[in-house]
Amino acid sequence: MKYLSEYRDLTLVTELVEDIKAITTKSWTIMEVCGGQTHSLVKNGLLEMLPNEITMVHGPGCPVCVTPISIIDEAIMLSKKSEVILCSFGDMLRVPGSDKSLLEAKSEGADVRMVYSPLDAVRLAKDNPDREVVFFAVGFETTAPANALSVIQANKSRLKNYSILASHVLVPPAMEAILSDPETTVNAFLAAGHVCAIMGIDEYYPIAEKYKVPIVVTGFEPVDLLQGIYMTVKQLEVGESKVENQYARVVQREGNLLAKDVIDKVFEVSDRDWRGIGTIPSSGWEVSNRFQQYNARKKFHLQPIEVKENQNCMAGEIMKGKKKPFDCPLFGKACNPEHPQGAPMVSSEGSCAAYYHYSNSNNMVAENN
Amino acid sequence: MCLAIPGKLITITGQLDETFRFGKVSFGGIMKEVNLSMVPEAQVGDYVLVHVGVAISVVDEEEALKTFEYIKQIGELNELNEDEMPSTNQQLKQS
Ligand code: SF4
Repeated sequence: MKYLSEYRDLTLVTELVEDIKAITTKSWTIMEVCGGQTHSLVKNGLLEMLPNEITMVHGPGCPVCVTPISIIDEAIMLSKKSEVILCSFGDMLRVPGSDKSLLEAKSEGADVRMVYSPLDAVRLAKDNPDREVVFFAVGFETTAPANALSVIQANKSRLKNYSILASHVLVPPAMEAILSDPETTVNAFLAAGHVCAIMGIDEYYPIAEKYKVPIVVTGFEPVDLLQGIYMTVKQLEVGESKVENQYARVVQREGNLLAKDVIDKVFEVSDRDWRGIGTIPSSGWEVSNRFQQYNARKKFHLQPIEVKENQNCMAGEIMKGKKKPFDCPLFGKACNPEHPQGAPMVSSEGSCAAYYHYSNSNNMVAENN
Repeated sequence: MCLAIPGKLITITGQLDETFRFGKVSFGGIMKEVNLSMVPEAQVGDYVLVHVGVAISVVDEEEALKTFEYIKQIGELNELNEDEMPSTNQQLKQS
């Protein structure tokens, strides 16, 4: 709560919580998709402020978390090649594969580097013409324009020593996978604001229509989240299922057309494995045919590796909204951020890690029972 | 890692061709080279939302300052400090 008490919109937050209480008459389960939103809800203690009828469940919205162990292992394998400089975002370097993380591979001598942007990786390729620079490109739609631009820039600069290991995931197919599970408890979604800043909101109309769920595009600050929840509950209480945009100050209906154009050039839709969930059809992006020379999988002839997840981890159930982190017997014991047993514990945006770091556990266990 | 962080466009540093434009953006004093290809409308002095080195939209100043303050409070500015100079093999920062 420390952060919220410093937050200048504290009065607004309190008012919004009252507004939500005033319109809530039934029990509703709402899923936020974005890990940044999960983080913000938990870190600011918003979950404890909501009326008991409202259960927030936390979707698979942390790209670092849902990157399969097998792909991390592939990245580690690549990093061991003497010609390769393997780079990625800081979070991705810390996630353990089946045996070790990229950071550990670095300490054993692999040339692994943390970059702020994929465009820095392109510069690295330019500066090291005798090495092969591989960027481990993870992310949702928000990160895709940057990753795609890196390929285009490498291509314009005629670099032959740059490639990406893509593990891109898409939000709408994951929402559909969750909703089409017959046991789903999710009544409504908060869609991820920054994803929609790129992609726009048109993809959500058919989902809202088909599954009869309200979808409210929402930002990630406390006031945004509470406004998004308010708009969602308002629809639920009267039986509506519309797409609404709480985050209109950033998100335009059509998204960023230039960004979508660059993505279309460099990527094509492919099936994707989600750590903890399994394969979701057409839920990712892979490097398109036109840019195959920048596809690390092709360049280094990588073969898919089979890796088993910890059978006791309930990540799938949690990311589908059926269970909460505290329901997992391993939570905080065998599984913690130092030794994550499953996807939602690997980065602070994963729901298990967010609960581990910030929640007042007594309160939240009580709330769950 | 999915947050886009608002910053102020200080200078346009280069234009590779009609699509590739770069500039320096200040995030509360931390300067970063940012790709401006997705925001052709952005001008010096504007606030842009930046995600991993690429500006994805132009936002108004009040919104930008408020959001920046919030991101700072929740301690999510770390990524801006990650490897400034990729060509010099810095020690990885463990944060
Ligand atoms: S606490 Fe760990 S083992 Fe349990 S569901 Fe979360 S990630 Fe899996």
